[in-house]
Amino acid sequence: MTFSGPTRALLRLFTALVLLFVYAPLALVVLNSFNTSRTFEWPPPGLTTRWWSAALESDGARNAIVVSLEVALIATAIALVLGTMAALALQRFRFFGRDTVSLLIILPIALPGVVTGIALANAFLTMFGIQLGMLTLVVSHATFCIVTVFNNAIARLRRLGGNLEEASMDLGAGTFRTFWSVTLPMMRSALLAGGLLSFALSFDEIIVTTFTAGQGIQTLPIWIYQNLFRPNQAPVVNVVAAALIVLSVVPIWISQKLAGTDESVAAAR
Amino acid sequence: MSTPAVELVALTKSFGDVTAVDGVDLTIRDGEFFSMLGPSGSGKTTVLRMIAGFEQPTSGTVRLAGQDVTGRPPFARDVNTVFQDYALFPHMDVLANVEYGLRVKKVPRAERRERAMAALESVQLAGYAGRRPTQLSGGQRQRVALARALVNRPRVLLLDEPLGALDLKLRRAMQLELKDIQRDVGITFVFVTHDQEEALTMSDRIAVFRDGRIEQVAAPADLYESPASPFVAGFVGTSNLLEGEAARSLVGRAGTFSIRPEKIHLGDEVHDGDATAPGVVHDVVYLGSVNHYLVRLDAGPTLTVLRQNLRGTTDEAMALRGQRVTVGWAPEHVIELGADQQLQKEES
Repeated sequence: MTFSGPTRALLRLFTALVLLFVYAPLALVVLNSFNTSRTFEWPPPGLTTRWWSAALESDGARNAIVVSLEVALIATAIALVLGTMAALALQRFRFFGRDTVSLLIILPIALPGVVTGIALANAFLTMFGIQLGMLTLVVSHATFCIVTVFNNAIARLRRLGGNLEEASMDLGAGTFRTFWSVTLPMMRSALLAGGLLSFALSFDEIIVTTFTAGQGIQTLPIWIYQNLFRPNQAPVVNVVAAALIVLSVVPIWISQKLAGTDESVAAAR
Repeated sequence: MSTPAVELVALTKSFGDVTAVDGVDLTIRDGEFFSMLGPSGSGKTTVLRMIAGFEQPTSGTVRLAGQDVTGRPPFARDVNTVFQDYALFPHMDVLANVEYGLRVKKVPRAERRERAMAALESVQLAGYAGRRPTQLSGGQRQRVALARALVNRPRVLLLDEPLGALDLKLRRAMQLELKDIQRDVGITFVFVTHDQEEALTMSDRIAVFRDGRIEQVAAPADLYESPASPFVAGFVGTSNLLEGEAARSLVGRAGTFSIRPEKIHLGDEVHDGDATAPGVVHDVVYLGSVNHYLVRLDAGPTLTVLRQNLRGTTDEAMALRGQRVTVGWAPEHVIELGADQQLQKEES
């Protein structure tokens, strides 16, 4: 499409404004992590790395990060297995109530976190008699992580159709071999994208976590929430936030790179 | 005679209310190049998919080399398929694609490599072993799909309109090449197509499908020269139908008759002893090496007459438009067709 000169200039301006609006606050977080002022004075009176070393030594922050990583990894792993299996079943077989099952799998992502949190906490405590802790937290996170994996997987399966699988079986491969050698490789990039998204969802989840983690467990979002308004901890929280910004660039970069060289996408086109 | 390669007995397939294949009986001989020809939706591809095992028949039996394989999955049948869209594995290179069937059957690595390379050589793609399917042209992909199937030395090779996506020139070349390959390897080929010319070019025998049933099974020449029904006459080549009153006045008796366009002579080319009929040239269609003359006979029907452009200029041919002419044909070139209830109903 071609635009006239003024239109082009206007589009450029809007794009710049939107990007500025999104990234200026993030840049401020990174800058403030070096701010000598405890109350984030603007402009910063000086720069220091004191908060970064304080953050490194903070047991609370370190523990919270480890817990969050653990929960996100395990929940994503569960979601990858169950989400893929559900997508395969719903895409490849026709059975009574198929659309209902599909809706029920997707629903948790639309439900308000408060509702999911209360429901799960109640179920764990009263129906199953399980104390809230790591197990209940991971299971709760998995309920909404499955959705992102499932959505990505089923979209890919729909686009692929059953042709390659038929070719594989025609060449003598059984069901399992076909899944392993053909279906799974063709789904790889979709599963990676779903997995990354699911990891990110779990990592910054705060509402469901509040209800299902119990007292002893502190994930990073909860730790940040509890420490942000303590004058002593505010700069450390800011450092953690700055570190997370830098870290979150990595998986996005990886997924972009993988998407560029993905043959299964090229083939489905 | 040896055991037939494929036997279909009363094969029927319904999808919900739609009967795609309706009681097909068919015997395909060992080593034969057999085509299933028909318009889209006539059930030929569904029959092929039932032979391969991708579809389970609603009723009926599929036998391969005398063995009942009706309930068996695709991977337990000694057939391989060349798919319409090739279905090459995009995440593997060409060699890995061709080796796939052998790897699944646990053929030792060295033998596997050797057979795959030989198969690639036989389709003139030995230099492309390391390429990805996305880096190949349509014709090359088609050859890889062929090599991938043939390397397994199946008893029967199923081909589902494999030339459909190629341009005309390449398609003609591949038709001859496929026929050569089939003669070399001696494997039974079952070829699905909607292109009558393709079927006539390559096949030992052809089954003409219509609405899930077989209209006629015959060798190409028999199919063309003695079609069993108006449908076959119309689908294989161009056909001039004479029926009802026109048949009585032009042929001399009641019935349904067909005359091929190249058997009808125009004007001064009419021979002694030919049956003749007067008419007006309604249109002239220029087709390069030949022209089609549409002649509206005084007796009613419009006949297509084919004449090679051997003499005279195109302008002269075009000038015939609107002229009164006499057309004629040798009585032995009038083919009497069996009754075809459905077609007559559709036309009335």
